[in-house]
Amino acid sequence: MTRFRPFIVLILLGWFLLDQVGIASSEPYRPTDNAQVLERLSFKVSDPIARELETLRTALRQDPRHIESAVTLATRYIEQGRTEGDPRFLGQAQAILAPWWNEPTPPPAVLLLRATIRQNAHEFDQALADLDELLDRQPTNAQAWLTKAAILQVQARYDEARRACQRLARLAAPHILLGCLSDLAGVTGQAAKGRELLRQVLLESIISGRERIWIATILAETAARTGALREAEQSFSDAFKVGVKDQYLLGAYGDFLLDQRRYQDVISLLEFETRADGLLLRLTLAEQALELSTFQTHTAELAARFAAARKRGTTVHVREEARFTLTLQQDAHRALALAQTNWAVQREPADARILLESALELRNRTAAQPVLDWLNRNHVEDFRLRQLAKQIQEATF
Amino acid sequence: MRILLVILWLLPSLPASAHKPSDSYLSLAVQNDRIEGQWDIALRDLADAIGLDSDGDGQLTWGEVRNKHEEIRAYALSHLALSADQQTCSTQMLEQLIDHHTDGAYSVLRFRSNCNGPIERLVVDYRLLFDIDAQHKGLLRLTQGGQTSTAIFSRESPAQEFSLAKRSLWTESRQFIHEGIWHIWLGFDHVLFLLALLLPAVLVRVDGHWQAAGNFSSVCWNVVSIVTAFTVAHSLTLSLAVLDIVRLPSRLVESTIAASVVLAGLGNLYPMVASRRWMVAFGFGLIHGFGFAAVLIDLGLPQDSLLLSLVSFNIGVELGQLAIVAAFLPLAYLIRHSWSYPRLVLTGGSLAVIAIALVWFTERAFNLQLFPV
Repeated sequence: MTRFRPFIVLILLGWFLLDQVGIASSEPYRPTDNAQVLERLSFKVSDPIARELETLRTALRQDPRHIESAVTLATRYIEQGRTEGDPRFLGQAQAILAPWWNEPTPPPAVLLLRATIRQNAHEFDQALADLDELLDRQPTNAQAWLTKAAILQVQARYDEARRACQRLARLAAPHILLGCLSDLAGVTGQAAKGRELLRQVLLESIISGRERIWIATILAETAARTGALREAEQSFSDAFKVGVKDQYLLGAYGDFLLDQRRYQDVISLLEFETRADGLLLRLTLAEQALELSTFQTHTAELAARFAAARKRGTTVHVREEARFTLTLQQDAHRALALAQTNWAVQREPADARILLESALELRNRTAAQPVLDWLNRNHVEDFRLRQLAKQIQEATF
Repeated sequence: MRILLVILWLLPSLPASAHKPSDSYLSLAVQNDRIEGQWDIALRDLADAIGLDSDGDGQLTWGEVRNKHEEIRAYALSHLALSADQQTCSTQMLEQLIDHHTDGAYSVLRFRSNCNGPIERLVVDYRLLFDIDAQHKGLLRLTQGGQTSTAIFSRESPAQEFSLAKRSLWTESRQFIHEGIWHIWLGFDHVLFLLALLLPAVLVRVDGHWQAAGNFSSVCWNVVSIVTAFTVAHSLTLSLAVLDIVRLPSRLVESTIAASVVLAGLGNLYPMVASRRWMVAFGFGLIHGFGFAAVLIDLGLPQDSLLLSLVSFNIGVELGQLAIVAAFLPLAYLIRHSWSYPRLVLTGGSLAVIAIALVWFTERAFNLQLFPV
């Protein structure tokens, strides 16, 4: 028994010390300390944004149908949602627009916002219907054309998307038109030309802020897909230099780093970005590759989040869920099913990739066929997708 | 240094809370003429609805939430209407706690609704937060007897009706027997305790070391005495707890159960008088019974057929137990002569049981989650 004494002392000391630490339990509890912080909000009362929102909210409480206040407030909510990557703001924007939401033909400003909210919810057909309705009445609404082009591109309707882009010709600054067209270039066999145009835009124009990030990110992704890694790195760097936090940029650069196996760089980039599911996914993939201890916790966290989303019936993260299921849960069957469900809604290179990767894992050529057709029909320039396509064809020959 | 390393290894890392759309979690347990409810509402949502940040510093403290408990109660209950067979049920708040979900801290409201008369058709009218967040959803979990159903409330479908089928006594009894079997099979701590006590049953202690037991009837008698003692003890306390005659705090019960498994394992490594093992089974069986009671109460017991559900559950536990013993005993008896049994199976198995139970004890006594299991 004496042999065990130091061991027992060690354990008791450990338990004693652990008892001092208050860690989150898995059961409802009553906190003991009035000063314990339970939640952090987006704003302090003194923040200028908070004051602006409060003024608008007060105006709306008195008159919910005051359209200027409603449109301004809803726009602010959507912007805040984009900055924080938090979908709650979209629901709040939708609530502000409640007096008009179910009308078939609400005022144009409301139509545009409704289309944006629906686009974010991946209700693409409804969003397009709203945009068409809006453009019927306001054919010179540049934002509407741009949003329409973006949705059509996601749906792989490239000719229609190009026509929508071309309508921007006299309605917006030239770089907007070029950005719109160049985004299509990489998936329609014109990557070189697209990159050339974007390079010039970045060099010559004095564009800044989110627009610069947008242009630089398109160039970076197109370059990455055609194997021009140095140009991609440079363009990503250009985008980051703008200094405005952009969730899409973080995700795109994260994927770029993962593809080059620069896992430590992914960790540095995303280690504090665990609130957004997509960014946590990329972080966890890097942790898996480096076999870090936090990998287990993060995988469990992601599983819980996807389960919560499934429980409430929200399906905007199916692409991420498919990636998670394939790489972190190693369940290729379920991943393929998710990837196919996703492909029915959106058809960007990232969606093609997860479907091909799952299909390759299962040697299932039939499942991959729609993507293979899409690759060939549109002359998509993405060397990784081409590689995957070749591997599938060889494996199932 | 080793202590620090042990502690750091055991501390789980907490990821920051997620971004997700707004949900609330509503759990209703129907018991004949009343409903026991628990409603988890996000503090962020309550802050948007009624304002919780009294000092405006962008942080919600427990003190600020507590000060607004009355307003939270009024806001929540005015947006949830329960009625049974056209009669409104009157709801009263019992307590408010805190819990954490993937996207942050929630206020947990526990309440009770009285609906004069047995509930056959329940209508739930849910209106929380839709005026502030059009994409908010209320996720409902409805339990009655042993059965659970789920539903989702949204702005598009705020009021839903649930038919609570007339239960036949036999179906209900069968349901609880099934739950009993299932819960002893899932109750690894109970199973490990039993197995730890049964591992040496096929051996006898002679001159300070283990030897295979002589005949089957002595082994059988040994096993029967242990299992019967365990059964009688946990049936006794299960009944006492369910009938609300004795109540023990769950943290104490769960920790003691874990401790009992450790001691059962230790008892195999430092054997005392072998014939006394049925007393250990009886003594700790009393505590295990409280553990079962917690599970059974969670299932939601129908007050009008309480005794039937209790007896059925108990029978289920015994059947499940019997199955485990029947699976284990013949195997152990057959290999009792082998070299490996006292060393690998008994000693190795007991060490493994002790290790696992120590983790449980730490998790339960200090309210931690060390492993996802």
